[in-house]
Formats: sequence, C-alpha cells, structure tokens
Amino acid sequence: MIVAKRKPFDEITEMLQGYKKVLNVGCGTCVAVCLVGGEKEVSVLNAEIDMARKLADAPIQIDGYTVERQCDREYLALLDNKVDDYDAIMSMACGVGIQFLAERFPNKPVFPAVDTSGLAVNQAVGWYEERCRSCQKCVLGWTGGICPVTMCAKGLYNGPCGGTNKGNCEISPDQPCAWYMIYERLRDQDRLDHIKKIEAASDWRDQVPRTLVQPGYEKPETAKAE
Amino acid sequence: MGIDENGYKAGSRLEKILKAGQFAFTGELGPPRGTGADEVREKAAHLKNSVDSVNITDNQTAVVRMASWAACLILIQEGLEPNFQMVCRDRNRLAMQADILGAYAHGVRNMLCLSGDHCKFGDHPTARGVFDIDSMQLIQMVKKMRDEGQFQSGGEIEHPPKIFIGAAANPFAEPYEWRVHRLAKKIEAGVDFIQTQCIYNMDRFRKWVQEANDMGLTEQCYILAGVTPMKSVGMARYMQNKVPGMDVPDEIIDRLKGAGKGKAAEEGIKIACEQIEEFKEMKGVHGVHLMAIEWEHKVPEIAERAKVLPRPTVD
Repeated sequence: MIVAKRKPFDEITEMLQGYKKVLNVGCGTCVAVCLVGGEKEVSVLNAEIDMARKLADAPIQIDGYTVERQCDREYLALLDNKVDDYDAIMSMACGVGIQFLAERFPNKPVFPAVDTSGLAVNQAVGWYEERCRSCQKCVLGWTGGICPVTMCAKGLYNGPCGGTNKGNCEISPDQPCAWYMIYERLRDQDRLDHIKKIEAASDWRDQVPRTLVQPGYEKPETAKAE
Repeated sequence: MGIDENGYKAGSRLEKILKAGQFAFTGELGPPRGTGADEVREKAAHLKNSVDSVNITDNQTAVVRMASWAACLILIQEGLEPNFQMVCRDRNRLAMQADILGAYAHGVRNMLCLSGDHCKFGDHPTARGVFDIDSMQLIQMVKKMRDEGQFQSGGEIEHPPKIFIGAAANPFAEPYEWRVHRLAKKIEAGVDFIQTQCIYNMDRFRKWVQEANDMGLTEQCYILAGVTPMKSVGMARYMQNKVPGMDVPDEIIDRLKGAGKGKAAEEGIKIACEQIEEFKEMKGVHGVHLMAIEWEHKVPEIAERAKVLPRPTVD
C-alpha cells in the first residue's frame, strides 16, 4: 500500500496561517490502513489545530470529512457541495489524492498534512517498510523477489558493491545489504546464474509523468496510433 | 576488437608497462577541497618517477573536492600519468560521457570506474545520489565508446576516446564466494585492470587470487593489489571498525602496537613493503596500487624500500 507520515505540526500550522475556515479531508484507503490519514487521524489533527489556534488567539473553524478514496473521482464528488463553505482544504491523503483533490477544486488552496513516503509492506502495527519504487521495469524475476532499486541504497543493478559490510549496507549496520540477500536467496534456490549475467543500463521510465491505460480500455484512435 | 594498430587499447604508460609484463606500481592523489592547484603539484612532485600512474579520486568519501578530471590535467602538465577515477554517484550517463570525451581530449588515457560511496558519508549527506548507471554498466559504456566508437545509446562518436579501463575489486566484502564472480562480471563488462581494496588480510587475499587464477580470470585482466601503509594504531583500529568492506586482522594491530611508542608508522611501512615483496612473486598479481592517504611524501621511500625503483620507461 501507499504509506505516509504526518507532517510536523509546525509546518501544518504555518500552512494554515491566515485561514479561518478549513476542511480537512481524510482518505479511507491506504493512509487509513497505515494510521496516518483516516477518519480517526483527521479528528485528532483537527483537535490539535483547534487548540493551537485558540491558544494563539487566532481561532479557526476546522471540520473533517473522510472519503473512501481521494484518487477516485466518484468519491471526491461527495465534496462538491461542501467546499464552497471553506477558505482552504487540507488533505491527509497520499500525494496522489491531494493532487486529485486540488485538480477538482482549482479555486481552493489545498494543503498536504502528510508526507507520502512510498509503497510499503505492513511489518507490524504501525511499522511499514518500503518495497517498491514503481520504476515500471520490474526485475524481481531474476533478483529472487528482492528489489535492488528500492532495497539497495545505490539502486545498483549489478551488486553488491564493495561497501557491503558483513551482510549489511555501508549506510547503516541496521540496513541489510539488498544484494547480499539476493545472493543468498538465489544461491539457496540454485539460481545464481541469473546474477552472473550483466544487467544492462536501465531505460528509466519514471522520468516523465506516466499514464497507464490497460489493454482493452484504449480510445480507438490511440490504440490505432500505437 | 579494441586493439589499435600500435597493439594497444589506449597506449597509456600503465597499459604499456603491464603489457610488457613489468610489475606495475601506481599511486593515488586526492584533489584539494578548494582551488589550490599548487597543492596538487606539490603532492604530484612526491609521486613523480616513483609510480607509473596516479589515481585521482573523484569526490572520495562523498566529500566535494576539485573535479577529478581537472586535477588529472594538472598532473599531465606536471609530466605524470593520471588514472581518472569516476564514480556513478554524482552524474548521469550524459555528464559521464561528456567528461570522458573532455578528459581524453586533454590526454587522459586511464580510468577507474567505481560505484562511489553513498552521499550519507560525505559533506552533503542530503544530496541525491544519481546512480543512473552502476559501475558494471560504466565499464560497459567506456568499452563501447572505445571499441565500437559509440555512445551508450548507440550514437556514433567522432574520434572515440581510447581509454585503458580499470575497476575496483574488494576480495574482503561478504559474501566471499561471490567476489570472484563479480570480478568475472567486470571482465565480461570490459575491464582491463583491477585495483583492489586495501589488503591487510593476506590469507583471504591469497585465497581470492587463487580462485581468480583457477577461473582463468587473472589471464584476462591485470590485477593490482591495493596497499595502504598504516600510520598509527588509531588508524588501524578505525579501518578495522569503521570502514565498510575493510578487513584488518588483529595481528596487524598487535604488530603496530608491539613496535613501541612513536614507531607504529615505521612498522606500518615495513608491513607494506613486506606485502609488496610478496605480491611481486604472487601468481596472478601484476602490480601494486599504493594508496598512501595524505602521505604522498612517503611514497618515494616506500617505493625504494619495496625495491620497485627505478620505474620502467616506455616508448
């Protein structure tokens, strides 16, 4: 899922400075699961902001509303008859949701309350670890299901580098070396031949905004052009 | 492919010495944290006539310094042969190829292709590491530029750069079993010579060279054994505990300690000279790369005592 972390409180209050009526929009999907931007977190943040603004003698009306998904037009439509009542909108969704919200209400300032940090697995309650950088050129098939782009601090395709340190990465003794893990897994599967071959320079596909249209859903003229 | 009419891939002094079967002896110089060309000249003066070629580091340990290519040019002006180090951390494939063309145009003929230390260690720990390509792919790219006269993307190069291609190898980083395979990959990518990580664990190094010999790898590229004399017990301890991928056995520390107060540096040089003597006789080792970190003025003495002087002359 997509995981995010709440922004520092001071940064949030600085963004909201001068706004007196703000709608804080939560998202009920990924950020709710990772305990940062669902209904509960919206309430908590709103209470904190309310308190801080009262203490600063600059009261604010901050309301909350959590939609199922901010990356889906049909759910954002539920906000259409609400946003006019507010000076600004805050979003606790991931960067995708925040932008879709801003796109739908182009006349309203939209502020992020979270920093989106990546695509991660749920290791335990409240503990998430990144696993994918969505590079759009998946190599997991020959790296034993361990992503070198994400898990190697240098994103090397032909590791491990000389800095691998007793199975850990040179950046930290707490960070396992991705290529050490890849080596061990492929060795145990008797598939080391996969990484004896040189992987050629990547044709990076994440350098421009990407659009994905699944086969069968292209507009006829686009399908023909390809 | 890749051999010019004169019989050399690049025709650098280093290539000629290695091809002639002479035992190579290379040095290293770290550019200054500023614009002091005289500082480079001063260090170069210590190395002149003591080494065949001088590695010029590229923002080593991820700390900003004078550009490697620029310090290479100063070395050429001073009559020394540089070995242009290039890391993958700081530039993408466009900038790398541009620098290679420029460096070659000014007389650079050797390169060492490296991944580069992570930015986290350096003076700009929040910088974005580029790693558009990795060291293996950099070797491939330089080889393609030289042998096929093509850029990485396939476009034709007018007057291709003829570079003698080097890379690093660390026989001490785990997994050990993988190390020779990584060397084999670098050879397949197109490397001509290897300079190893600083060697202190001689047993482990002997084993690695033996494995490389058994796989025929030492006949496909030249191996220069990395030597860094220890200046003090503190330095040895630091390298043992703090430098990733470094293997400093306790015996080294004990020997430095045993030398007595004020004599550790002398003992460090003695150890280095003993190592060099052994490498001269070791099958599969074709030279030594002496990394005398901020100790350039000691290089002539070490070369003398290790009996690698005078350096051979080439045409």
